[in-house]
Amino acid sequence: MIDFITALTPAALIHHAPALVVTVPLILSAFTAIMPSSRAAWGLCLSAALFVGWMVILLFGQLATQDVIVYAMGGWDAPMGITYRVDALNLQILALVASIGLLCVIYGYATVKDEIAKDKRPLFYSAFLICFAGLLGVTITGDAFNVFVFVEISSLATYALIAMGAERDRRALTASYNYLVLGTIGATFFVIGVGFLYMATGTLNMADMAGILAETGHTRVTQAAFAFIVVGLGLKAAMFPLHVWLPNAYATSPSFVTAFLASTATKVAFYALIRFLYAVYTPDTGFVMLSFTWVFAVVGVVGMILASVQALFQSDPRRLLAYSSVAQVGYMMLGLGLGNALGLAAALMHLVNHAIMKGALFMALGAFGLKFGISKISDLNGLGRTMPASAAAFTVAGISLIGIPLTIGFTSKWYLIIAVLERGWWWAVAAVIMSSLLALAYITRMLAAIWMENPPEHHGETVPKTRAPAMVLVPMGLLAFANVYFFFNADFIVGMAQRAASAVMGGQ
Amino acid sequence: MFELLSERFIYIPIIILLMTGLYVVVATGNLVKRLVGLSLFQTSVCLMYIAIGKVFGGTPPILADTHGEDAGHGPDPAASVVAGHRASDDHAEIATDTGAHAADTVATAHEPVAAAAAEYGVQLVEHATELAHHAAIYSNPLPHVLILTAIVVGVATLAVGLALVVRIQEAYGSIEDDDLNSADYAVETGGAE
Repeated sequence: MIDFITALTPAALIHHAPALVVTVPLILSAFTAIMPSSRAAWGLCLSAALFVGWMVILLFGQLATQDVIVYAMGGWDAPMGITYRVDALNLQILALVASIGLLCVIYGYATVKDEIAKDKRPLFYSAFLICFAGLLGVTITGDAFNVFVFVEISSLATYALIAMGAERDRRALTASYNYLVLGTIGATFFVIGVGFLYMATGTLNMADMAGILAETGHTRVTQAAFAFIVVGLGLKAAMFPLHVWLPNAYATSPSFVTAFLASTATKVAFYALIRFLYAVYTPDTGFVMLSFTWVFAVVGVVGMILASVQALFQSDPRRLLAYSSVAQVGYMMLGLGLGNALGLAAALMHLVNHAIMKGALFMALGAFGLKFGISKISDLNGLGRTMPASAAAFTVAGISLIGIPLTIGFTSKWYLIIAVLERGWWWAVAAVIMSSLLALAYITRMLAAIWMENPPEHHGETVPKTRAPAMVLVPMGLLAFANVYFFFNADFIVGMAQRAASAVMGGQ
Repeated sequence: MFELLSERFIYIPIIILLMTGLYVVVATGNLVKRLVGLSLFQTSVCLMYIAIGKVFGGTPPILADTHGEDAGHGPDPAASVVAGHRASDDHAEIATDTGAHAADTVATAHEPVAAAAAEYGVQLVEHATELAHHAAIYSNPLPHVLILTAIVVGVATLAVGLALVVRIQEAYGSIEDDDLNSADYAVETGGAE
């Protein structure tokens, strides 16, 4: 199929695909903002998402024959110009962002109609496209400063998107403000780190930087840069002690935004972290390995347990899932902290799988929210009988989140545990199992409410069976189905993650 | 110790500004003041980048040759170096001329004076070469360009932040962190809206 699509595409598009994947949504966002009707704005948004999907397929086709695609922006080669660089690692993230973005746009039509005032919808879609372009930009660029610019582009749009939740819940404003303050501090830390690296190497191109660092070795300056970059990107990725902005932001933003951000924003930041830790710095450097063992692994383990415990005590289902997201980042951090290809592959696998399951879960909560107000777990009571399709999707994704066999959550935890055992870290295995049990507890709380309780009543009568619109059900159903499908056809995700890990580790 | 400080003097105010900004963000409960601190924090990083680009004895990164034909806008940074060399040649020529001329005029009068004058001429040449050499060294323009981007980002962040503060004031009637927290807490515990 990839060959077929590539054959149909003009050569110029194939050649410029790495640039178009970012610029087209960015340019279309301006047009989206001035669209007269929300339907036209949504159509433009959808076409941008489809176009990005098309470009990503082209990139897949190109990468099948070569190891890395380097695209020099405006014909200015590295290290002078900005290059866009696609390899197995970021192609995977690009594919994830593009597909989740597309599904979310389809899903968004009904929920945005429900949650956002009519005159603000074109602007809302415009902000979404900016955020989308920013995330794709972070993923594809090979230039360290460019990463900062795209992080800020996507974050600024994110602040606006989260604040749009204020029409339902005014706490969205304070959540957005707090995210703005923390996010800016994080981005500034990152830019300080990049500045130090530039001081030490004299280049901003990441591949070039890696080469120079390998030659000259590390000094106090590059070590300081390392610390700043880890804290900056860790904040964006909601690494455990730096996650405080996340629960409120996810709990109050419009459901479209929550579904999109939960499955892409933190993932892209995590990717950027991997890129810096593994490609710019190398894991065999003493202090980097030390940070893996004593920072990432420890933070990952503590995070996965504490955040799960916090999730257990939440009454708002969306906030509960937000804390669970923080816990899931812990698994990824642990995989990253192993510092070998096996661990990295497990982390990447969990990254993709978590995006799929959290996307489905938040979409299902949004679907419930279309018909009923959901602000506490008891609001979910009996929805299994009232909205069976959405409840089924929620259940499948929830089971996957726990990590029960026959779902992808099991696959990635399996690989993670194998990788951890390889290093002989028994305590980490115990923590993973402990955290999974906690996940079992908090997911069961919601599932019990959905399936065991009586359906909601209205004036003494049971509310009749209802159904979310098809445009909500289809993307949600697809994601829920993916949770099971990729367990039985694991080669795709597992293979992609292993190729990505060896691409980034093999460079050394 | 003193040498270390004098070499890296510029980083002291930068760190002070950086920490002041961060402290303001953490310490104040007023949302606008917090944004002021955030701005300070970001601006000090701009200062750091500018400091990286500074080269002692360097000129601003503007091409020395203004005649047009060589002062192209090409991507090749060598162009400006060439321009610098050209300037150096010019200076050297003038200096040689002056020096030689001085030597000629004085030579007829006294031998030792002539020797001194010739030496003066050589010194002039050396000085001119050195001057021209300096013209070829210029501060690194890249950090300036980066910081232009960062300033724009900072302005955008500040604008979004202030817009949010306006909306918070409309929704809550206060921009003090404590008031907002207690208002939210009251809602969460089922108190008055």
